[in-house]
Amino acid sequence: MTIEARGVVKSFGAFKALDGVDLKVANGELLALLGPSGSGKTTLLRIIAGLEWPDAGEILFDGENALDRGARERHVGFVFQHYALFRHMNVFENVAFGLRVQPRRIRKTEAQIRARVKELLDLVQLDWLADRYPSQLSGGQRQRIALARALAIEPRILLLDEPFGALDAKVRKELRQWLRTLHHSINVTSIFVTHDQEEALEVAHRVVVMDKGRIEQVGSPSDVYDSPATAFVHGFIGESIMLPVEVTGGAVHLNGRPLDIAVEGGAAGASTLFVRRHDMLIGPADSGTLHGAVTHVRSFGPVQRAEIALTEGSTIEIDAPRDRELRIGDRVGLKPRHYRIFAGG
Amino acid sequence: MSVLAPRRSTLPGFGLTMGLTLTWLSLIVLIPLAGLFVRSTDLSLAQFWDIVTSRRTLSALKISFGLSFAAACVNLVMGTIVVWALVRYRFPGRRLFDAIVDVPFALPTAVAGVALTALFAQKGWLGAPLAAMGIKVAFTPLGIFIAMIFIGIPFVVRTVQPVLIDLDPEIEEAAASLGASRWHIVTKVILPSLTPALLTGFALAFARAVGEYGSVIFIAGNLPNVSEIAPLLIVIRLSEFRYADATAIAVVMLVVAFVIIFAVNRLQRWAQSQAST
Repeated sequence: MTIEARGVVKSFGAFKALDGVDLKVANGELLALLGPSGSGKTTLLRIIAGLEWPDAGEILFDGENALDRGARERHVGFVFQHYALFRHMNVFENVAFGLRVQPRRIRKTEAQIRARVKELLDLVQLDWLADRYPSQLSGGQRQRIALARALAIEPRILLLDEPFGALDAKVRKELRQWLRTLHHSINVTSIFVTHDQEEALEVAHRVVVMDKGRIEQVGSPSDVYDSPATAFVHGFIGESIMLPVEVTGGAVHLNGRPLDIAVEGGAAGASTLFVRRHDMLIGPADSGTLHGAVTHVRSFGPVQRAEIALTEGSTIEIDAPRDRELRIGDRVGLKPRHYRIFAGG
Repeated sequence: MSVLAPRRSTLPGFGLTMGLTLTWLSLIVLIPLAGLFVRSTDLSLAQFWDIVTSRRTLSALKISFGLSFAAACVNLVMGTIVVWALVRYRFPGRRLFDAIVDVPFALPTAVAGVALTALFAQKGWLGAPLAAMGIKVAFTPLGIFIAMIFIGIPFVVRTVQPVLIDLDPEIEEAAASLGASRWHIVTKVILPSLTPALLTGFALAFARAVGEYGSVIFIAGNLPNVSEIAPLLIVIRLSEFRYADATAIAVVMLVVAFVIIFAVNRLQRWAQSQAST
């Protein structure tokens, strides 16, 4: 099923949660809504689910207006950040709930319900927990049960609100891969909300980056990482060095000194130079276009992270290959390999 | 103590608190109750049996327990509705209503009794229209029933309120997105989550109504066998210096009340284990 949002606006009092959002989700897609807290991503998800109503705009499911149907009629599977399992029911009854509350004329028989629940518990690999109560499960298990419960009604759309938000780092990583595999096998149009860029980039087919109630960029994980459309996206995704620069007379100036880099379409005026940490090449003191002294070095993983105090005043952190020896006090020259200049300070 | 408590507990003070608890409960509750039982042994078994099976005693016990049970049932239903409105909706005067719920706690019961009697007497504000319909409230068992509802309502409201406030709205949203109707959400999700608190509130309201004296005797009319509650009968026997009779009735009340509250307690434990094992 395709989902389309057109000009969706939603305010909570004076706070504008969504400020004109347009989005199309293709059938069978796995989409991530990524943004900092307060960016409106959860509000958008809740509006699609029918748990919240927009002040203006449209939501279309397969081209049909979804707003004249409530949450109950939308047939949307929703997985909550804190699971929202029914504490007084065991795992089996939690998963069976959606089947038991169906209108009598389409309700399945007890045997059919049992078979379906068994199938779902097998799918989330937790069939051995059927008799337990939610409080006896770990966070990861609860999340998978919540997912099984949402899938029981054979939803046309699956929505997940920060599905791994409350889990520890290791379990998150496992569940990420598991979710991708699961989506592949059930192939339901799915949207998940996250503030974790790694999660979004690793799991989703497409990533929607949101900030302050607006969509900043929609694209594949490599699109949003390699070609950020806005300063916000560049700053939010991946780790970037940001330097306030001035574009005048076709040259980029840092603190009044021209830099040896092309303007590349940056508009004249106060701007910001964005460089990924690993895209800042490090060389001898007389090379490059930026100069400074190493003030701190940490080595871990495949790179070493060096803190460099620029002669222009700011301090930046760069990632350098480990085979290049860096010591505190070394004077170095720097040159950005890839960079972007966005208007605004 | 080392037998009862693990030798090195992470929660120290078991011996001290347990000792204080036992001493205190003995002084305040157990010794007076034991005195009651001892006093009743002044009677032979046959005498005891005669007193508690006399028509007047049985009627009084039936009125006390029967009406208390009925009043607790009404409070359970109405209290739940009141809690729902107070917790779930924002309306003008909500805080005022919330405060009013506590009035039966604070009001001297005799004052409540006099007020209710004035209200429901044949010339009272409510009594007059009811009398016109042929319903007599004051000086009948119906009056007792109303007084018991009055004093019991805050117990249900105050025990259920915090639990309903803590009930995560996401639970209801989850149920709705799974296709549950409003009716299913209330009966299958909300009420089962509230059950332990509802049972506690019911038990408290019931216990309070059984023990209630002040407000009831004003409105009851106190006709033997018709509208005489057991606590009043005890007081009457005391004023007649028939102490043994009084204690015999008291012992029966005590045992019945204890059995009922114990049963509700077990039920509540069971409900709680269903809710959050």
